[in-house]
Amino acid sequence: MRFAVIVFPGSNGDIDCYKAVEDAIGQPVDYVWHTATDLSEYDAILVPGGFSYGDYLRCGAIARFAPVMDAVRRAADEGKFVLGICNGFQVLTEARLLPGALIRNRTLKFICQLAEIRVENNRTPFTLDYEEGEVIRIPIAHGEGCYYCDEETLARLKAENRIMFRYVNENPNGSIDDIAGICNERGNVLGLMPHPERAVHRWLGSEDGRRMFTSLLRAYEARRREVTV
Amino acid sequence: MTHGTTHGAAQRTAAAEPTAEQIGEHKIYRQMGLSDDEYALICRLLGRKPNYTETGVFSVMWSEHCAYKNSKPVLKKFPTTGPRVLVGPGEGAGVVDIGDGMGVCFKIESHNHPSAIEPYQGAATGVGGILRDIFSMGARPVALLNSLRFGTLDNPRARYLFENVVAGIAGYGNCVGIPTVGGEIMFDPSYEGNPLVNVMCVGLIDHDLIQKGRAEGVGNAVFYVGPATGRDGIHGATFASGELTAESESQRPAVQVGDPFMEKLVMEACLELIESGIVVGIQDMGAAGLTCSSSEMASKAGNGMELNLDLVPQREPDMTPYEMMLSESQERMLFVVRPEHEEQARAIFAKWGVPCVKVGRVTNDGRLKLFHRGELAADIPVSALVDNCPVYRREPKVPEYYVKNADVDTARYPEVTDLAGALEKVLGSPTVASKEWVYRQYDHTIRTETAVPPGSDAAVVAIRGTRKAVAMTLDGNGRYVYLDPETGGRIAVAEAARNVVCSGAEPLAVTDNLNFGNPEKPEMFWQLERASEGIADACRRLGTPVIGGNVSLYNESESGPIHPTPVIGMVGLVRDVDHITTQPFKREGDVVILLGETKAELGGSEFQHVIHGVTEGRPPHIDLDKEKALQDALLEAIRAGWIASAHDLSEGGLAVALAESCITGGLGAEVSLETDLRPDIALFSESQSRVIISVRPEHAGEVLRHFEAIGVPAARLGVVKGANLAVRAGGKPVIDVPVEKLTRVWKDAIPCRMR
Repeated sequence: MRFAVIVFPGSNGDIDCYKAVEDAIGQPVDYVWHTATDLSEYDAILVPGGFSYGDYLRCGAIARFAPVMDAVRRAADEGKFVLGICNGFQVLTEARLLPGALIRNRTLKFICQLAEIRVENNRTPFTLDYEEGEVIRIPIAHGEGCYYCDEETLARLKAENRIMFRYVNENPNGSIDDIAGICNERGNVLGLMPHPERAVHRWLGSEDGRRMFTSLLRAYEARRREVTV
Repeated sequence: MTHGTTHGAAQRTAAAEPTAEQIGEHKIYRQMGLSDDEYALICRLLGRKPNYTETGVFSVMWSEHCAYKNSKPVLKKFPTTGPRVLVGPGEGAGVVDIGDGMGVCFKIESHNHPSAIEPYQGAATGVGGILRDIFSMGARPVALLNSLRFGTLDNPRARYLFENVVAGIAGYGNCVGIPTVGGEIMFDPSYEGNPLVNVMCVGLIDHDLIQKGRAEGVGNAVFYVGPATGRDGIHGATFASGELTAESESQRPAVQVGDPFMEKLVMEACLELIESGIVVGIQDMGAAGLTCSSSEMASKAGNGMELNLDLVPQREPDMTPYEMMLSESQERMLFVVRPEHEEQARAIFAKWGVPCVKVGRVTNDGRLKLFHRGELAADIPVSALVDNCPVYRREPKVPEYYVKNADVDTARYPEVTDLAGALEKVLGSPTVASKEWVYRQYDHTIRTETAVPPGSDAAVVAIRGTRKAVAMTLDGNGRYVYLDPETGGRIAVAEAARNVVCSGAEPLAVTDNLNFGNPEKPEMFWQLERASEGIADACRRLGTPVIGGNVSLYNESESGPIHPTPVIGMVGLVRDVDHITTQPFKREGDVVILLGETKAELGGSEFQHVIHGVTEGRPPHIDLDKEKALQDALLEAIRAGWIASAHDLSEGGLAVALAESCITGGLGAEVSLETDLRPDIALFSESQSRVIISVRPEHAGEVLRHFEAIGVPAARLGVVKGANLAVRAGGKPVIDVPVEKLTRVWKDAIPCRMR
């Protein structure tokens, strides 16, 4: 299973995503520059955290126009796995691959801490190896992580079981309905504010993020078996 | 201090610039911070009167900030060599060897004056500057730390400065993607008008990639990298070399504006350039911008340099040579490559979208020559700029307060009997209280190597692909240094080393930031000189050379000078990640042991400040031999695997250290002090060379014998137990408080004041 980590000018979670793929599942992974136009050789696309294009104007608003985003859109259409973390989540909402938007934290301050989130849906390629309802500990580090959408969208997200993670105990950023992560209709595009790639070693405070990568690998292998059978 | 003249200068065009004659006649050089004697010397060195551009170039190169003209004699005292030192003072940053072809590169820098008038940008650009110092050495930055001082938080101005300095550090560091892993903050009225913002950066480097900022090779190309030069930060170095006054607000144009996004791109591009192996020399444009980088690079190689200023990217029209040379616009670098590598260098910066322009060449005439619109705008011998700045041996004078303090006996304070109440007051003092409100605004988990995050004695960053890790800390207690500079200087180094040892690391080397008052005042110079002697002595005795640093003088405002505050940045090597040790108590039943000796020493303590409302007497005594013995013995015990937790005793003494180990571990403790001292003194004295450890009961005997054998006092205080911190002194219960209550006091102190 081959992973692409997209690198925009200003991405800074790219290295951590790369290391997490190596450390958690030992699969091949490449950095892919924002000017690339072809992602056909990759099975999963990671859109990492950071401050793409300085996050000037609005988080993710400029990255959305990067040449590589057309290829990301095609990959999503083909059913490949697309995972947007933090700034990557912001980019995916700006690119309309996911609904809603991320606005400034309610406290108006950047927040870096370990967050407790609940796995609301474990029937997606990203969450197979978690229990439904399980509370996991994943670091957050963002200034604009307050998820917002209109009521109609929220109702739809709920009805279609697309709210993948919710903050428990404390909602750190004021997001609507405690949302920490959502997926698209097909379930192959996930965006979340917490950083699973920063939770792959016990000495980092938590290794609960590891299973997001093992889930992806398992989903990929299951899919490949289906195709070959 | 200049009075609004730099602003005027920024508006000036070349045509309106005073002539060389006028500069001399009207003593215009004085407005740039040059004295009459210095101006006369410049005239002698040039053999003529300098023009406006040249006067400006001299004024910044001869500022305290760039030339250390007041501090050089004291900096000479520092030990700067050792078996591990790969690069000592004089380059962008020092480097120490950690084996396997790797080195740690680190340095500290201050941005006090800019932060006093424009806290967000002042602090942000402080982070940017120190990052460039590290990556221009060829090192990849892996961690940032900061040491901050503010007035007390009941003052709205202090709250404003605190809030925005923290936001500025966060805004810059988070965006560049380097974790801010630690630091320290103290609040004291002496910093009311003049906060301190010191930032340290730590990087990792392969020995064979270490760069020197040298313009070698006559005919080689000089490249300018980064965003266009604007009129911001003109005379920043001069501004930083004067006292803060009511007019300082008008100096706001001397504060630069940071762009962390550009910094990230410049950093990645420069590291790629360095890895390509084609760089001859590289240096960042920090204080005094293009002037300092070009003349220093030429000087180190014994060469000259020619720059065509028409080629320098300019943000605004009609910039004069004076403005371009003195601008401190951020995120800029200067590098030298051989002509055959020019295209390769350009291609790397094009990939990262970073402007990169050839602006000059290396010459063999030893002169800095600036061309502008076809004319020679400046022509100065490089050595005159870099080597000929006069060095002043200021006269020290013992201040009256120091003499008077000899008679203060802090053991005679009325006894405080409500010790639980006193503990809560000290824990709730912002200097001691949890700094979570601060560090949760800093991204400290990015890069996923932060093994010990902020809030511990020292932060620890793991080195990927090895079993090693780097411990790092910042320390400096201005009250101790104020009360006795020499002892305070020793303590700053000793405590930094103790913090590093408590985390399981061997102390390696030091970077220092000397924050002092106006050295032209004899009492202030006395503080600087004595403190430097103390630092030098401790660095020698503890085997930790000074490999670089920064000097920030003139830290005075209308409310007076700051407490003299040398800040010590210390880096240590953790041989094996299994040795990493932290302060929280780990499990019920572990035995609590106090290492070191407690004496009646309340001078300069947090208890004295909070409970008695004064800072007086003498600071705690320190015996560096005992300190060294303690540190060696503790490190040995940690490496033997005996130590469950270790916490250095500092502000607030034993009471606070016990409370912090309980709070952070979420566990209680029952301890009993066998002491002849009054309980309030025993609990809050800040005697040095002490550490509180906890060990498994089965190791307790062995551990006590280990320390006794080496002659380090070790007393079994009690056990980790229950949900309360319960302390008995002289057989009587003196404190019995739920840890949960202490936790609330400690955690809420800063957020409540900032609400």
